[in-house]
Amino acid sequence: MKEYDIVIVGGGPAGLAAATTAAKCNTSILLIDDGLQLGGQLIKQTHKFFGSSEQFAGIRGIDIAHNFIDELSHLSNVEVLIQSTATGYYEDGILTILEGYNGNKLIKVRPKRLIIATGASENMLAFINNDLPGVYGAGAVQTLMNVYGVIPGKSVLMIGAGNIGLIVSYQLMQAGIEVKAIVEALPCIGGYWVHASKVRRLGIPIYTRCTLKEVRGKDEVQGVTICDIDNKFNFIPGSERELSVDTVCLAVGLSPLSELLWQAGCEMTYIPELCGYVASRDENLKTSRDDIYIAGDVSGIEEASSAMLEGQIAGLNAAASLGLYHENYQKLNHTFHKQLAELRNNTMSENIIRGIKKATLVEGGSHVCSS
Amino acid sequence: MRIKEHPILNFQPGKKVAFTFEGKKLEGYDNEPIAAALVAAGIKVLSYSLKLKRPRGFFCAIGNCSSCLMRVNGLPNVRTCIVRLEEGMVIERQD
Repeated sequence: MKEYDIVIVGGGPAGLAAATTAAKCNTSILLIDDGLQLGGQLIKQTHKFFGSSEQFAGIRGIDIAHNFIDELSHLSNVEVLIQSTATGYYEDGILTILEGYNGNKLIKVRPKRLIIATGASENMLAFINNDLPGVYGAGAVQTLMNVYGVIPGKSVLMIGAGNIGLIVSYQLMQAGIEVKAIVEALPCIGGYWVHASKVRRLGIPIYTRCTLKEVRGKDEVQGVTICDIDNKFNFIPGSERELSVDTVCLAVGLSPLSELLWQAGCEMTYIPELCGYVASRDENLKTSRDDIYIAGDVSGIEEASSAMLEGQIAGLNAAASLGLYHENYQKLNHTFHKQLAELRNNTMSENIIRGIKKATLVEGGSHVCSS
Repeated sequence: MRIKEHPILNFQPGKKVAFTFEGKKLEGYDNEPIAAALVAAGIKVLSYSLKLKRPRGFFCAIGNCSSCLMRVNGLPNVRTCIVRLEEGMVIERQD
């Protein structure tokens, strides 16, 4: 059975950043992902990132992914397994992986450290006929149109005016697909104004305090009824409007994909600010188990820039915990933490910071000197 | 249906491959998942729910939601949103 210093589960922004960082610490690494290609959500993100140049500002997500993948292909100490699902981490220290076409090949490996960067899954919303074909998660719509150039539908109702709802609406219009409206149950737009302004300039209405009541159709979406809601989220009778769309796109939040952490016995806490159950962790992202680290959306729903920084922190510190220190360990760790703090230094991140405080393990601290 | 023009992206289709869906001959590309090729061919119903036989379509695209489980070359429960299309594949809705 093959042994690795570090096995990273998930090849999205967090996992890729963890792999490239840990690779510089003279570690042997296995990076696994269940998708057809590495990159996670980055490969469908056509918009340019914000932040500072260290956080890839001005670069499109899809190009960030390609840069990482290119870097990895030149690293001889990183092995990559795609179309492979990690199914369990057991008491004898073995991680089981199902590889390939419908998972018909079982692989067992023994990692000294595990970095879980499995990301998130999209939330569902309760409405009549929410299971009909033509109702998509926003991530799926992005995959179809931005990765494979396939049109998911002709005319779309977007549910949710957070950043994902706004960005995907804009991307739909770029792909030549009509967005009839964006509805948002909250009294105000949740995403950045720069994204909201872009869709408003294209003439897409954003209805706040409004939600989807019903989808009509037999074998597929043929129309929808939207309805205003009051302060208690109850429908306001008489405010129903019908829209003719063949596609409903759900952008109503994400939940951490934490099954492996539960299965491995990490201490898990429900933290609303982080959008679900997350593993308790120290400041260097080590969980309640000394051999398991977390990074990215699985540690709390945020965004790709912070996921990459968390990946760098987890990669650097997982290596350090094996005595494999990066030659600039102290400086780098300090820099990554500083950049992450700067990224979260805005009013929209206040909730996240509060959530992370609740999830942080106080006792014991880090196993390496914290600078 | 496929996107013909895009202001940012330049789609590079893979090799054209032929496959069958419910006995019908269709075409797709070898660098896309089975379910994407089906949506491009205008097929929205990928499966039916077990008990109430309600139609199920493309939903999550990351192999998580079970909506796209289909029979591929006789093998049931294939997550067709994360399995690449191959020449000659026989795709069916499963019972």
